[in-house]
Amino acid sequence: MDQIGFLEPRPAVLSRRREIVADLLDLLPEGCLVHQPRELVPFETDAFVSYRRLPLAVALPETTQQVAAVLKYCNRYGVPVVPRGAGTSLSGGAIPQEDAVVIGLSKMSRILEVDYANRTATVQAGVTNLNISDAVSADGYFYAPDPSSQLACTIGGNIGMNSGGAHCLKYGVTTNNLLGVKLVLVDGTIVDLGGKALDAGGLDLLGVVCGGEGQLGIVTEAIVRLIAKPEGARPVLFGFDNSEEAGACVTDIIGAGIIPVAIEFMDKPAIGICEAFAGAGYPMDVEALLIVEVEGSEAEMDAMLASIIEIAHRHGVKVVKESQSATEAALIWKGRKSAFGATGRIADYICMDGTVPLGQLSHVLRGTAEIVAKYGLRVANVFHAGDGNMHPLILFNANDPEDAARAEAAGNDILKLCVDAGGCLTGEHGVGIEKRDLMRHQYTDIDLAQQMAVRAAFDPQWLLNPSKVFPLEGRPAA
Amino acid sequence: MQTNFTAEQLADPHVATSEKILRKCVHCGFCTATCPTYVTLGNELDSPRGRIYLIKDMLENGRPADAEVVTHIDRCLSCLACTTTCPSGVDYMHLIDHARMHIEETYRRPFWNRLTRNVLAAVLPYPGRFRLALKAAALGRPFAGLLKRFKPLEPFGAMLDLAPRRLPKPSDSAKPGTHPAAGPRRGRVAILSGCAQPVLKPEINAATIRLLTRLGVEVVAPEGEVCCGSLVHHMGREAQALEAARRNVDVWLDEIERGGLDAIIITASGCGTTIKDYGFMLRLDLAYAGKAARVSALAKDVTEYLATLDLPQQEARGLTVAYHSACSMQHGQKITLAPKTLLKKAGFVVRDPAEGHLCCGSAGTYNILQPEISGKLKARKVKNIEATKPDLIATGNIGCITQIATGTQIPILHTVELLDWAYGGTKPAVLS
Repeated sequence: MDQIGFLEPRPAVLSRRREIVADLLDLLPEGCLVHQPRELVPFETDAFVSYRRLPLAVALPETTQQVAAVLKYCNRYGVPVVPRGAGTSLSGGAIPQEDAVVIGLSKMSRILEVDYANRTATVQAGVTNLNISDAVSADGYFYAPDPSSQLACTIGGNIGMNSGGAHCLKYGVTTNNLLGVKLVLVDGTIVDLGGKALDAGGLDLLGVVCGGEGQLGIVTEAIVRLIAKPEGARPVLFGFDNSEEAGACVTDIIGAGIIPVAIEFMDKPAIGICEAFAGAGYPMDVEALLIVEVEGSEAEMDAMLASIIEIAHRHGVKVVKESQSATEAALIWKGRKSAFGATGRIADYICMDGTVPLGQLSHVLRGTAEIVAKYGLRVANVFHAGDGNMHPLILFNANDPEDAARAEAAGNDILKLCVDAGGCLTGEHGVGIEKRDLMRHQYTDIDLAQQMAVRAAFDPQWLLNPSKVFPLEGRPAA
Repeated sequence: MQTNFTAEQLADPHVATSEKILRKCVHCGFCTATCPTYVTLGNELDSPRGRIYLIKDMLENGRPADAEVVTHIDRCLSCLACTTTCPSGVDYMHLIDHARMHIEETYRRPFWNRLTRNVLAAVLPYPGRFRLALKAAALGRPFAGLLKRFKPLEPFGAMLDLAPRRLPKPSDSAKPGTHPAAGPRRGRVAILSGCAQPVLKPEINAATIRLLTRLGVEVVAPEGEVCCGSLVHHMGREAQALEAARRNVDVWLDEIERGGLDAIIITASGCGTTIKDYGFMLRLDLAYAGKAARVSALAKDVTEYLATLDLPQQEARGLTVAYHSACSMQHGQKITLAPKTLLKKAGFVVRDPAEGHLCCGSAGTYNILQPEISGKLKARKVKNIEATKPDLIATGNIGCITQIATGTQIPILHTVELLDWAYGGTKPAVLS
């Protein structure tokens, strides 16, 4: 099976490497440019570690003005740019290429302002997702979207990929919680989109930029919405004898008009992996587990839980286990949120991100099992069931190239299955390079041409994160 | 993560171990978030994931270490916060240990750096030499500012800053001998005398011996024991570290033969992490592997041992203690609750400072070799501790005590000094 290709490095850029490095050193403070060959190696990939490309240099600016200066320079000399937050992308969104300058936002990690009157926080793009919630937690607030990597991933990366998370079922994904950004355009122009108000005039450019995968500009600051914490929250574990019943139960809960904060799904392999790491007390004698979190006052939580339990019983639920303490609740989430990393204890994996209509959950779970079995591989399923965002983790051996190729092929088949079931390629991880060549399976050429026209309006030379998102053939000429 | 080693490379047992460690890493990046140097410097090269990648590249290519790699490995505090965070179970500690050995074997450091490290390795592990050096430091103090102006001499300036103004008198508790249990004997333990600690704060082991003997435990300080080897181990000087480890293993095994030991009590968590690792460090030494594993299994932090003695709840003392968990305690030995539970039982109000997972910047000789990063971490730690408005600070490691004491006026004590006081001992001098 063919590996996913990257654009051919531009010879004109490679041949000027030395001058480019010298010029960037002039533009940035000391210690803000990585350019020694051996120091570039750790930047060759992100959390989609199967693919690797060395960058030309890595700029680590400390201010928006420095980001603008580097972009202006790269635009002028036709040097591709790859933005990077914490490098936690599962779709290869931050993987560089040989002729690209990486602009890493890791030194821009301050919370600039917390404004409770407007319920907003203004933060630099390199702030981690969790740091925002941590900064306002004592005052009773939080930032809602919570990717499993929230400990490490940055808000800039979240905006690039329009990230979701377990609690997005109730509160929406990044785009629903983002009020404004400071964006540096490819030519170095600094613009502000949106603001502290709930809506901004004119075209919804903020909506376009959120999920732009670093191809429309580089976000250096964001204004995000803060939400008051509920009076209480309770994760409850529901164990089932088979995945189909668990899936059907989710469909019925949502179908009954009940929206808990989160409904997370784990199958037996995933339960074993997460329990081994977190010791959360997940039931081990079930085939599938739902973590359903309800929140609000005691009475609200009791009422909602009673309705959910009734539905679960109709699907033959085997175990219902409420968390008994805050510590136990924290462990339940720790296990769930560490699922991908914890899988590393037993095998290498690639993580899929297809999203399907809820009515198709059981069908797609069954299909996934069949596909993986066909390739002779194993799978662990752990995902956001409430919004149909599936994450099959395909297990393989990275030191066996044939196994790796099989895993990739199985992943492609699973994503096609999701699209064919009426869903889409990505729920929250972004297209990156991983799903780029599958975009043709989801979209017609006309669809793609329109999307590329929007992208080219921001970046006519296709310099920003150029190997990602759109198939390499059929791109409009610069 | 994929690795590329030849069968020939894997024949080296150190490489084989590192390869297994690297295979577990999935490059998820969680570790960056809790790494003190990444949080401070914002460069992935100064994060666990970046270092893992640098080490992987160096080992796979069978290359000698170079200045760039050494810079980033040297900046690692070995606080092991990453190993607490890592969901994949990557054994970063043994990987970075291997990298440091590799550096020591293949890289020639610049003159001043070499000199500094030689001086530290020749002085710190030996109480007699260390005491002399500290006395000399008192005379040299006026020159600290001058030294720090010349970059290569900065570590010597940092040493002068850290040296206490007055040295306590040597305590009898540091001398070899047996301290019999008061009343019926419920246990027999050895206590690690240590190297720097008895010079800087002899009252820590004195309090431990008073408390344990009062609780009916016989405490023996064996003859012939040396520094645990941690200091040189973290410099990559493996032969010297293993020599110390073997010596101590012999001493403690003799003691077991003589009268049996329920535990080897360690009052500096930095040493505890290393002694608990003797089994691994000596795994390739057929004559010592088994013996070392036995010693490691017996090694206990003093709070870990006290937690098994079921101490009674004491009356409230009206004192608020900020508990600073040393990295070697919480990340190295995964002891998180025992010290706090003991302090609460002893009648203290215990507060957890924010960002408790972040290192205070002490980290063995780090505050001497990397004074700039260390200073930033100290300031951050002190700010978080002071925000809890404590009457005093408790911790379980001499390095943290020395480091934090230079940044705040709030008294800082070893946990065991407070416990000794609460269970019938004398009030610690700094509180009088």
